[in-house]
Amino acid sequence: MIKIEKLHKSYPMGKDSLHVLKGLDLHIKEGEFVAIMGSSGSGKSTLLNIVGLLDGHDEGNYYLNGQLIENLDEKKAAILRNKFLGFVFQSFNLITYKTAVENVALPLYYQGMARKERQEKAMKYLEKVGLEDRADHLPSELSGGEKQRVAVARALATNPKVVLADEPTGALDSSTSDSVMELLKDINREGMTVFVITHEEDIAEQTDRIVRLKDGVIISDEKVNKKVNA
Amino acid sequence: MFDLDRWREIFQAISKNKLRTALSGFTIAFAILLFTLLFGVGNGLKHTFEKQFAGDSQNSIYVNSGRTTKPYKGLQSGRRIQFRNEDSKFINEKFSDKIQYFSPNIQRNMQVIYGGEQNRYNIRAVYPDYQPLESAVIQDGRFLTYLDIERRSKVVAIGRLVEKDLFDQRSALGKNLNIEGISYKVVGVFNDPGGDNDERYIYTPFTTFQGMYKPNDELDYIGMTFSPDLSVDQAISFSNLLTKMLKEKHNVDPRDQGAIRVRNYAEGTKNVQQFMTVLNVIILFIGIGTLVAGIIGISNIMVYIVRERTKELGIRKALGATPKSIVGMIMMESIFVTALAGYSGLMIGVFTLDALGKTLEKYFILNPSVEIYVVVGATIVLIIAGTIAGYIPAKRAARIKPIVALNDE
Repeated sequence: MIKIEKLHKSYPMGKDSLHVLKGLDLHIKEGEFVAIMGSSGSGKSTLLNIVGLLDGHDEGNYYLNGQLIENLDEKKAAILRNKFLGFVFQSFNLITYKTAVENVALPLYYQGMARKERQEKAMKYLEKVGLEDRADHLPSELSGGEKQRVAVARALATNPKVVLADEPTGALDSSTSDSVMELLKDINREGMTVFVITHEEDIAEQTDRIVRLKDGVIISDEKVNKKVNA
Repeated sequence: MFDLDRWREIFQAISKNKLRTALSGFTIAFAILLFTLLFGVGNGLKHTFEKQFAGDSQNSIYVNSGRTTKPYKGLQSGRRIQFRNEDSKFINEKFSDKIQYFSPNIQRNMQVIYGGEQNRYNIRAVYPDYQPLESAVIQDGRFLTYLDIERRSKVVAIGRLVEKDLFDQRSALGKNLNIEGISYKVVGVFNDPGGDNDERYIYTPFTTFQGMYKPNDELDYIGMTFSPDLSVDQAISFSNLLTKMLKEKHNVDPRDQGAIRVRNYAEGTKNVQQFMTVLNVIILFIGIGTLVAGIIGISNIMVYIVRERTKELGIRKALGATPKSIVGMIMMESIFVTALAGYSGLMIGVFTLDALGKTLEKYFILNPSVEIYVVVGATIVLIIAGTIAGYIPAKRAARIKPIVALNDE
């Protein structure tokens, strides 16, 4: 699903440049639940931005759904994002003046779907995250956990190939964190590829595979030994 | 362009972001309002001037005589110059191609009686040509005719206010007026755009009056209009030549300003025209200034709006909005708001001018109004400016990487 070969990325910092990703190789197959771990400055956010087509890379190859990503202009990137990727951000990034259901329907609007159909589909995904009764509330009227669940519903609305979650629980307390993680696990169980970025060990442990980054290189990549809940 | 879904998005953005909408709308509405008011007041001033100089024909020339102030060719100063019928004839023959209407004139202030009412009026003995000269408009009956001149008829055409003074509400037509013992029949009543004074004159045939009150063939002054084919400058050189020839004829020093006085309205017209040109330039300057201020205002606000929306635009881009759709959305929103606000500013301005119209008359502002195409044009200019002003930051916002926009707080 996601295949990265010798990926390099640096940011210009005045005269110098900051080399953030130093030749990453990573292969994520369909249906995997992967966590990228690392402290701040390890390059994990940069990696997510590149995988999410929110930012470009300098060197190396990136295949998304078997398609080589290169010479991507903004328009093509926007279409690919809309078609293949769903985003969940730490700060939710809901549009403040739109209700929950309108926020979920927004990516469908950019797909050109008819209004009525969008509305129905958005409601369906809100039900899936258990917020159908909050559909007409503005983000400011929702709790943090509810906001993040709306964001998850929005990420799922276009039925993407991969859900990318950037510190999805970073702004939540532990009990709401758990419910959001449960939601992501449910999605993954239904076959969705989920890609989580976190610096919290206990969040990462709930996934199937943990990739650890440090100073722009992968230092470990291992399967999680699922503990059977007693 | 007409995509219902797209308009829904825009209406939602407009109605849910009231401050932003109000800011840009207010700038535009205020600029158009100011523009309309200033233009309207300027036009009002213009109308006042037009009316002030509308009293008499704009191409009139009046020739008066007086006493000489300089000795000349052995003649003493202080000599009285008297115009006679031969002067009329002389001018008419020399300048027939330059003169449109022509009338010698005798004027007397006399007691006029009708029934129990009486009053003093200026009686003017003139030729029928005098009517266009004064821009008098007949409202009842007729003006004097050449037949009256020929027959020396004892008839008068009276001003509207003379009729009002002497006849109260009744019609004066066909009635006989007693003017210092002699009876004249009223054949016409006229009004005059020149105002009250001009509507208190009584006109009678020149020949009738000359025979009764003037020895021989004397007359008081001569009125004429120059041919409309003449330009203002040609008309002025015509009256200069006329002055020179009359001075020669009457043996008056060419530098003598008192003996023969020629008043050419063209000179005034020229001054008024120059004044109007200056006024127009000032109005235009104010108008352009207001527009420029409006353009700068809307540009600033558009920059602010796009800045404020950076994060929202980033979210939209992450969810699949193409740069084109981002630019289109911002522009349509800005065009819609500016058009609507411009229209309301225009309406408020027009209604204000309408409401204030009467009260401003004492400040020399008459009928302040704006040609609708001028304001619509100004509104369109502001809309275009708002569009361009919105386009540049929108384009920039659309180019910002979504990740940068998302991190914007």
